Amino acid sequence: MTTTQAHPIEYLLRMDRMPHIWCPGCGIGVTVNCFARALQDSKADLDKTVIVSGIGCTGRVAGYLKLDSFHTTHGRAIPFATGLKLANPELNVVVYSGDGDLTAIGGNHFIHAARRNIDMLVICVNNFTYGMTGGQLTPTTPYSAVASTAPYGSFEKTFSLPFLADSCGAVYVARWTTFHVRQLARCMAEAFTKRGFRFIEIISPCPTLYQRRNKLGDGLSFMKYLKESSECKDGADTRAVALDFQGKIIVGKFVDRDQPTWLDDMNRRYREKLGDKYEEYKGIK
Amino acid sequence: MTDKPVSVKRARGKVHILDDRCKGCAFCVEFCPVKALALSLEFNKKGYHPPQAVKPDACTNCNLCSMYCPEFAIWSTKIGDKE
Amino acid sequence: MADALITADPKGTLTGAHYLDGDHACCEGALAAGCRFVAGYPITPSTEVIERFAARIPLIGGVFIQMEDELASSIAIYGAVWAGAKAMTVTSGPGFSLMMEHLGLGAMLETPCVFVNVQRGGPSTGLPTMPGQADMMQARWGSHGDYELITISPSSPQESFDFAIEAFNLSEKYRLPVILMLDECVGHMTEKVNIPPADEIKLYPRRYTACKPGEYLPFKPGPDMAPEMARAGQGYRFHITGLTHDEKGYPVMNHAAQERLVRRLVDKVRKRADDLVRVVEDGVEGAECVVVSYGITSRVASLAVQLARDEGLKVGHLMCKIVWPFPAGKIRALSGKVKSFVMPEMNYGQVVLELERVVCGRAKVALVGHGGGTVHDPREILKAIKESLL
Repeated sequence: MTTTQAHPIEYLLRMDRMPHIWCPGCGIGVTVNCFARALQDSKADLDKTVIVSGIGCTGRVAGYLKLDSFHTTHGRAIPFATGLKLANPELNVVVYSGDGDLTAIGGNHFIHAARRNIDMLVICVNNFTYGMTGGQLTPTTPYSAVASTAPYGSFEKTFSLPFLADSCGAVYVARWTTFHVRQLARCMAEAFTKRGFRFIEIISPCPTLYQRRNKLGDGLSFMKYLKESSECKDGADTRAVALDFQGKIIVGKFVDRDQPTWLDDMNRRYREKLGDKYEEYKGIK
Repeated sequence: MTDKPVSVKRARGKVHILDDRCKGCAFCVEFCPVKALALSLEFNKKGYHPPQAVKPDACTNCNLCSMYCPEFAIWSTKIGDKE
Repeated sequence: MADALITADPKGTLTGAHYLDGDHACCEGALAAGCRFVAGYPITPSTEVIERFAARIPLIGGVFIQMEDELASSIAIYGAVWAGAKAMTVTSGPGFSLMMEHLGLGAMLETPCVFVNVQRGGPSTGLPTMPGQADMMQARWGSHGDYELITISPSSPQESFDFAIEAFNLSEKYRLPVILMLDECVGHMTEKVNIPPADEIKLYPRRYTACKPGEYLPFKPGPDMAPEMARAGQGYRFHITGLTHDEKGYPVMNHAAQERLVRRLVDKVRKRADDLVRVVEDGVEGAECVVVSYGITSRVASLAVQLARDEGLKVGHLMCKIVWPFPAGKIRALSGKVKSFVMPEMNYGQVVLELERVVCGRAKVALVGHGGGTVHDPREILKAIKESLL
């Protein structure tokens, strides 16, 4: 059976680039559905919403969403996004990238943007691997999991991304999985309404690399694992949400606070020191 | 007091499937709350088994299938109300 | 169609006669050119550029952000440019090395902006507080892949001001990053700098597309091989990527797309190299030996040339302001007429390799090189001039 109608989110996709490159059972496409739903529900101004990604499978999201989109260098989506936002604060800037891109090579930029509370939403699809390049380990690959560069199983400690974001000063920190489509869409829509450095981690299947190397079945098996092992604990202490190999996954909204953004503080300081001579910065014309 | 059957209005949906986009991941089949879907025995152009609505009348237009589908291959639309 | 030049914004133009060092003058040049976004990281001997910008920008209107490293600085400026601003970053050798990947990205995305390298002794940590000119080949070839950028080398604080404006103008015209190569000596020497009134400063405006959303092709070359720009937030819903791409900006990874795109990126500069000749010639006509120089070394070489002439030698001086692309046409024309070229540079032979290539054996080419840390002794250059004429 097939239909002649269009999928409801096609207007948000670059249909001239379909089909996308993601594998059967990959969760990235699921996150895109949630993101699209969030854009619709929050009535976001699509002309002002911009997507910046890095390199990797998740990095390809920028190419498929029909928004002003920027596919930048590995790990550097966040500083590029910083430039966009500071030059034009009216933009609704979203960084959409993977665990390796954002927290390994991009780690330094991640912690500083969070520290500065640059006003941007960072969506991190965490599939515990560098998928595009064949399944190498990342800072989130669970202890003992096999990766192409950890053929005997990883013996590295991992980042707990919500803890990392929280400790660096992010004002909104949440974790969901690709099983939690409704919660994730709602979370993204809520994140759009906040200001400051917002971080959403999405645990996602990578059947072709991470799962295959660790004999974890296909996309569906991983989705079932996500369903069965997730426990929702809104407000959980981010120090207590670390992940183990195939262990329990604490999901929910962990941090939701209000802090002045970098631009708020910049304006405040210059007004304080320069008085009436200072004209509040609202963007570069 | 007679026990009259109470009529409950239920949302109804129509499932739309773009067979040739499907990569057979079966998320939609698994997570449809009313088990309206099953993988077809037919192959699509890419050699996958796309879903088919085996219980089309059961669809409530919840659209979980459309949110789960990584290929943007399935969704539902609302049709009237049913008692 | 010739684009009408616009004039500088008086708000950013510090009109008047000043005593400034090269770093400070460079900052003022950028401000006069309309630069309103700087992302930088401190590194000797360039730090003063961003320090001055940080102090000046609040009352002009713009943003300075000190990023966490040069990797971030060199891409934050691209974000600002694609949001509609004119942007610059500033560094020295070690930071320049960190910025290499993004120079290539800038070439690929055809992003107009300026990179300033106030060169110091290298390699590695080298001589942080002393001059060098050993990053010149890196400015041309430092990033991976085939690309061409423009490199300008001022030899005084006045030129640092003037060429900062030229750098921004060329970056807009050719749609690419332009590299301004100062050195510690120019950066830290204080001289008179005349900053004209804003309406006398001509700027090349960014060419935004007039196409409607849906019709715009981000990488469709214009008549001069450079595409029109758009900026985020205007409804164009465009995509740009560092992957090899087509005119829509979509990744297309095959040989044909590579040929079409990268050849144009390279030809954008190579085929228009004749428009990019900025040299100052002194007595080159009829000379037997021509000294070819750039940056602070031009100042020292001028004295050597004078000393040579005082001894009756027919010596000319070709001072390159734009070093890349190299003024090959000029050199080729001279190659048949002169006996020798002498190139002093504060390195062990970089731009001289290009000089040798272009001269192609038709005249002698002598390098007067050293490892940096000081400017040349003009007598060394004089000695080389004399020896080359033997």
